[in-house]
Amino acid sequence: MVTRIDRRMAKLKAEGRPALVTYFMSGDPDYDTALSIMKALPKAGADIIEMGMPFSDPMADGPAIQAAGLRALKGGQTLVKTLQMAADFRAGDNETPIVLMGYYNPIYIYGVDRFLKDAIASGIDGLIVVDLPPEMDEELCIPALKAGINFIRLATPTTDDKRLPKVLQNTSGFVYYVSMTGITGSALADTGKVAAAVKRIKGHTDLPVCVGFGVKTAEQARIIGANADGVVVGTAIVNAVANVLGPKGEKTADPAEAVATLVSGLSQGVRSARLAAAE
Amino acid sequence: MDQPATPNSFRTGPDEQGMFGIFGGRFVAETLMPLILDLERHWNEVKNDPDFKAELTNLSTHYAGRPSKLYFAEGLTKHLGGAKVYFKREDLNHTGSHKINNCLGQILLAKRMGKKRIIAETGAGQHGVAAATVAARFGFPCVVYMGATDVARQSPNVFRMKLLGAEVRPVTAGHGTLKDAMNEALRDWVTNVEDTYYLIGTAAGPHPYPELVRDFQSVIGIEARAQILEQEGRLPDTIIAAVGGGSNAIGLFHPFLDDKDVRIIGIEAGGRGLDGIEHCASMNAGAPGVLHGNRTYLLQNADGQILDGHSISAGLDYPGVGPEHSWLRDSGRVEYVPILDDEALEAFKLTTRVEGIIPALESAHAIAHAVKIVPAMDKDQIVIVNLSGRGDKDVHTVASMLGMEI
Repeated sequence: MVTRIDRRMAKLKAEGRPALVTYFMSGDPDYDTALSIMKALPKAGADIIEMGMPFSDPMADGPAIQAAGLRALKGGQTLVKTLQMAADFRAGDNETPIVLMGYYNPIYIYGVDRFLKDAIASGIDGLIVVDLPPEMDEELCIPALKAGINFIRLATPTTDDKRLPKVLQNTSGFVYYVSMTGITGSALADTGKVAAAVKRIKGHTDLPVCVGFGVKTAEQARIIGANADGVVVGTAIVNAVANVLGPKGEKTADPAEAVATLVSGLSQGVRSARLAAAE
Repeated sequence: MDQPATPNSFRTGPDEQGMFGIFGGRFVAETLMPLILDLERHWNEVKNDPDFKAELTNLSTHYAGRPSKLYFAEGLTKHLGGAKVYFKREDLNHTGSHKINNCLGQILLAKRMGKKRIIAETGAGQHGVAAATVAARFGFPCVVYMGATDVARQSPNVFRMKLLGAEVRPVTAGHGTLKDAMNEALRDWVTNVEDTYYLIGTAAGPHPYPELVRDFQSVIGIEARAQILEQEGRLPDTIIAAVGGGSNAIGLFHPFLDDKDVRIIGIEAGGRGLDGIEHCASMNAGAPGVLHGNRTYLLQNADGQILDGHSISAGLDYPGVGPEHSWLRDSGRVEYVPILDDEALEAFKLTTRVEGIIPALESAHAIAHAVKIVPAMDKDQIVIVNLSGRGDKDVHTVASMLGMEI
């Protein structure tokens, strides 16, 4: 089954440039604002959208994404509303792939079968569920693949060559290489090591490899994008939202505009990645 | 709902995937997966290794003071006028609670694995103190994550950890209790994968932690079973232990699980009552979900967001429970009942007065249930209560509950 992710990745490959994968937190700081941010992403040059599903206990996330999730939950966000937001977005954009990213418990409580049915109806293309390693594939990964939704796995520096095949086995859409051990929002890893890791993973799979964790600027996006099929930016976007919120959560400027400005710059970074590499 | 068939033995879990029925498992980020598999390999190597056992037994005896006594609580027995009450005196262990049993086992494991640094989470500070103690004894740097609320209400233990050379990092996220400390410990581990050993304090978390913590704590039940046979010539009618994450309880219960005539009761923190959300009775008022690496009963809302809960006792203030308890609950082998803050406080005062023993507030929950059921039992019946820790750490909390200043 060919998904929107597969089509988008093939198109970018033909264009000879990496994808810009942008993460935002659904419901941060409220439903309407988050939807306006989501709509602004493709216009500013994002190729794939990762939609954060807020969770009360985000064990793999740093302070920025933790805070964004809590703002969203405080604003009344639920998984039902996240799926609704995806559907609202889809009404105006049937091309940009949407990947839901988060933790398993809200999905488990929603009910896996019901979740997959509603996710497809809302135009979701892929899932990244941080706390479901391949050992737990029966929970959601296999049912998602059967339902036609990509299950995107994280590979990390601790995923050695022996373990990689297991991690890649049921992965589809793309592989998300987490460029360092640690939580989201940490400092960028050594770019030489990242390039070597991407090459190592590509030795095991034909899937596109996107790299995330620590990318904050257009320059970093350009450097990472020289070797990867995609560059994932999350914390920087979430921070762009936080920066225009006052102490009581009131908006001091338009969050969608702040995000669009950042993403436009990042987009230029990935668009010049291969040109720079060819020099 | 389908009830699982009654197994021939309740002591065979977990399976190879780390599951106790639908509970348990390995719900962790990929970064941690290789570490957990590595831990499992080492655990499988040492658990039947006579040298490892000998080293642990030697430390348990000469350093921790095992075996802990099984004490006939004559004062409480007379006061209640029913069954004979015995206390398993884990409060007499080095560091003042059962937590040392697990910490000694895990520090030896960390040493074998060549790890250089210890991290731990703590609620009441009992596990933090035990972890800091073994880290000091074996020369490891140690970082203890502790919720900011708990840092405030368990200040004597915070000071002890610092004296022992550990760094205590207060965690302000959420309500600043055990759940938040565990999140932060996991974030540290995911960042420092190369050299760090995560010394989990309770029989929860991803496989193999629930199994290995249970096995290190089972010394409680193994001793208690032999001691009651020696002292009374028969098994007890009822055994009772408090359940937060559930390590002292599973340690007492596990060796008795296949003694079908022994009634086993786990006590959850009922807080201010089960009607609202001010309690930590995940098995009485929660639902199965996934948190901190395992599937288990959790306090959560309809959207799968984890609730904070409440208990007078920092050690029970956790919205989940070890996965084996969830399985024992559903299989019907163990009963889990709540005890309110006020009931625990009364038991705390009573035990202090009639036994001259100041119990930890966690243990006071278990005693409170004995206070409820013992008077209606026959005088020749026997109840064992796990006195999991001593209450010195709780005197500030109790004083403020009683409106006193110390």
